[in-house]
Amino acid sequence: MNSFVDQLLVLVFLMNFIVLGTSRINIAIKVVAMQGMALGLVPALLHQFTLHLGLISAGMIAVKGFIIPWLLGRAIQSVGIKREDQPFLGYVPIMLIGAVATAFAFSFAEQLPLAPQHKGLLFVPAAIATLMTGCLMLVSRKKAISQVTGYLIMENGIFIFGLLLTEAMPVMVEAGALLDLLVGIFVMGIIINQISKEFSSIDTSRLTTLKE
Amino acid sequence: MTAVNTIIHLLLAITLPPLLLGVINRTKAVFAGRCGAPLLQPYYDIIRLWRKGSVFSPVTSWIFKAAPVITMATTAVAALLMPLGNHPAPLAFNGDMLLFAYLFALSRFFTVAAALDTGSCFEGLGGPREAAYSCLAEPALFFSFIVLARISSSFSLSGMLNDFPLTVWFGSGAALLLMVGALFIILLAENCRIPFDDPNTHLELTMVHEVMVLDHSGAGFAAIMYAAALKLFLLGSLFVHITVPFRSGNFLLDWLAFVAAMLLLAVVIGMVESTMARLKLTRIPQLLIAASILAAFAMLLVLRQPS
Repeated sequence: MNSFVDQLLVLVFLMNFIVLGTSRINIAIKVVAMQGMALGLVPALLHQFTLHLGLISAGMIAVKGFIIPWLLGRAIQSVGIKREDQPFLGYVPIMLIGAVATAFAFSFAEQLPLAPQHKGLLFVPAAIATLMTGCLMLVSRKKAISQVTGYLIMENGIFIFGLLLTEAMPVMVEAGALLDLLVGIFVMGIIINQISKEFSSIDTSRLTTLKE
Repeated sequence: MTAVNTIIHLLLAITLPPLLLGVINRTKAVFAGRCGAPLLQPYYDIIRLWRKGSVFSPVTSWIFKAAPVITMATTAVAALLMPLGNHPAPLAFNGDMLLFAYLFALSRFFTVAAALDTGSCFEGLGGPREAAYSCLAEPALFFSFIVLARISSSFSLSGMLNDFPLTVWFGSGAALLLMVGALFIILLAENCRIPFDDPNTHLELTMVHEVMVLDHSGAGFAAIMYAAALKLFLLGSLFVHITVPFRSGNFLLDWLAFVAAMLLLAVVIGMVESTMARLKLTRIPQLLIAASILAAFAMLLVLRQPS
């Protein structure tokens, strides 16, 4: 069973690279949604089935796999953009930096003073690498909507870290985090719309020239 | 027994490669709704070219004449290192995968040098491209070799690929899947198949391999064509060893399974070629770097696993 979870985490790593390497926002959103769903499956596979775990899994899959992509899809449709044309850093350099970050995540995870039962698991490097991927997306992309996908990836990274503690994590905390995320994305969608209405572009680098 | 296997190895390495090209072309023809050239057409082409006389441009030097011979010879030596079927290669020693990789590099070096030797600006475009792509594909190949060496704890191609157990797929399936993806990209890139280069066009600017050999003719060109087919066969058998770990124990059945798997691979390549368009030139390095990252990540996964 644990080996199947490992394969899912490898899939999560791969999706990090796909998001970093693709210029199409559509694909990035879909891949992040699949990443969320893959992670939603993990708690159900990791432990004995309980109602609490089932709720977390179902909530994760519904919110990250369907509702958020739908909201983001609506946002890009109303804004009318398809790709990230000119990121601050090109796609090849950013993928290479992502690969280096993943390698660092592995070596860093070895150094961390973890509980003995968590040593040698793929969870910690996966969490750190996913967090770093989210960071890279946030700093390297210009379009607000790509930055939202970066934020979602970071949240996925935090969730992977939280998986180590699932037994201790009450369902209310998990539900609260999901609700926060949902509201956050909802607000971001509205803000993106407003930015594009005001400035006829959702290029965030132009916001720095704002005056008055 | 070993002698029989060696003879079958040599016979297959000599006779089978052009058939793969024939199968790929037939698959593409079927996808396009044509009936296509006969399966044996590449053999006819090679024989026809072999009989023809050669024309050498007066501006070329000995490098141009030596290149087809060296390409052919290095690929033939590489064929001795690669195990086929479930049988060890005729030549096997520690570190032979390095020789295998760099024999191809040597043949590529001479092909590029011959292309530059002609002084044609057109071939001057293709040569550097080929060199650049192979630079980017090399890390992926070596990361894959490291993965295989780690899994089999052997430093020779025969040790890595023979008796490749099915259980490895259950133990470290994710890492292997990543590596297989990387290897398939390398297979297409190294043999100049479609997402990287169109083997059918001779007069387009995006082409890489075909443009370099434009000035070769006659027997020299036949040698180059045959060497290209043999290279596809060898890298394909590397791929098939890992993806089809079928072992029956009966040596004849193993050989049959190997040939069937190779033909299936040719059909798959044909399908990829007929469903994909050639990539934009600037996208190719991106794909090759992605392959390297896949292989490197597979290596990370395998290295942290206690063996």
